[in-house]
Amino acid sequence: MEMVYEWFRTLYQETGINLPFLYDEYDRNRMIDGLFTTIKLSLVCLFFSIIIGVIGAWLQGSSFKWTRRFVSVYIQLFRNTPPLVQLYFFYFAIGTLLPRVENDWGGQSPIFGSFAWAAISLSFFAGAFNVEIFRSGIEAVPKSTVEAAEALGFSKLQIYRDITLPLAFRVVLPALNNNLVNLVKTTTLAYAIAVPEMLYEANQIWSDNVNVTEMMVFLLLAYFVLVGILVSGMNRWERAMKIPGYG
Amino acid sequence: MSWTTADPMVSLKDVHKSFGELKVLNGVSLDVMKGDVICIIGPSGSGKSTLIRCINALNDIQQGSILVEGQEVNDPKVDKLELRKKVGMVFQQYNLFPHKTALQNVMMAPVRVLKQDKVKVEEVARALIKKVRLEGKENAYPGELSGGQQQRVAIARSLAMQPDVILFDEVTAALDPETVGEVLQTIKDLAEDGMTCILVTHEMAFAREVADHIYFTDRGVIVEHGPPETFFQNAQDPRTKEFLSQIL
Repeated sequence: MEMVYEWFRTLYQETGINLPFLYDEYDRNRMIDGLFTTIKLSLVCLFFSIIIGVIGAWLQGSSFKWTRRFVSVYIQLFRNTPPLVQLYFFYFAIGTLLPRVENDWGGQSPIFGSFAWAAISLSFFAGAFNVEIFRSGIEAVPKSTVEAAEALGFSKLQIYRDITLPLAFRVVLPALNNNLVNLVKTTTLAYAIAVPEMLYEANQIWSDNVNVTEMMVFLLLAYFVLVGILVSGMNRWERAMKIPGYG
Repeated sequence: MSWTTADPMVSLKDVHKSFGELKVLNGVSLDVMKGDVICIIGPSGSGKSTLIRCINALNDIQQGSILVEGQEVNDPKVDKLELRKKVGMVFQQYNLFPHKTALQNVMMAPVRVLKQDKVKVEEVARALIKKVRLEGKENAYPGELSGGQQQRVAIARSLAMQPDVILFDEVTAALDPETVGEVLQTIKDLAEDGMTCILVTHEMAFAREVADHIYFTDRGVIVEHGPPETFFQNAQDPRTKEFLSQIL
């Protein structure tokens, strides 16, 4: 490893191409922290946005008019506003309205930090799209298949969980794939509320080292690889879920 | 008043059903005793399928009474789970769960709905698959089976719930002529075992062979009914005669 670090140090000295996080331990730790924060934020948002999508799509099929209206207002609100504005709204509007708690040093701090707000905000943002995606999948499940389950005595919830959702899931995987890719890319917006994710840490590094060009190239490649891993994982999953002789 | 086997297992009285303005059933009454096999025949759009779909409450009715083992189906408070445990159904398009294997299709309802022990259910399911002559196809997905095979899985799936009566909704209509036979044979086996069956069918030869009673419906009413011998040889109503002359 030392040799690699040394090589990049020499590269900087010889050519001026400065990638400090590859030879300087302090910068390296910042970059690694940033990477893990991005991954953690992405995973948390992926998880909750899918949960929101599944529950939202279920509520949209509700027989209560107001439940359906509530879901559609939620979708409109989060789909028709910019995610950055949503993030600011959660962090600066809702965040300041909530009571504060005493922290370890005896001071006052908000209940949710910037990471939590980013997670909440982005989950709702991607969740709104996921509701629509899941709904399209649910509509693609033949009514006759649902009827067969009804005739066997399945309850509404059992039908949703055991029949509709597993079938809908397979239909929507490509669309879901798209939205989740977008979500991972949108985590960079958390930069705006000082979540120490990859873009934020890169900014810190280029401020200290004045190596904006190098950091930009690195960031681009880093996201390319990160999203690439997600996409190949999703594709693999898509293949694994494929039912023999179906679709 | 409790139901005994001396009473009709399924009893329809003056059943009326309409979809919006369209009247589909105009006062249908019929009784099915335990162990009976009845066939409902008639031209398309005469309300046959709707009629049997009302029996397990897949369609609701506007007027009249449907009793299944003495239990009123036309009642908003009816326990649909209890009803559907008693009444099995097999559909024209099989409607198997495409993401489950044949065995899983058969096992699913007893495990999920009846909360029976999985090991025991599997034993029963394997026996049922054998009964419908599909041994070796347990792990095939519906998409890998022919129409006739899928329909037999659907019959096994229905049997796994141990219903008292099974509704067959034109179960051979989507099959090619060669596979019709294998499905009909399975139903015949059931009938011989004493299962109460209500069939909507266009298979006249089959109806003649297995049915205890034939009902002919047209425009939402039962035009004529009787045991197969008299029905097919001695139809009285001109509409029945016309229908039979067209298809026999």
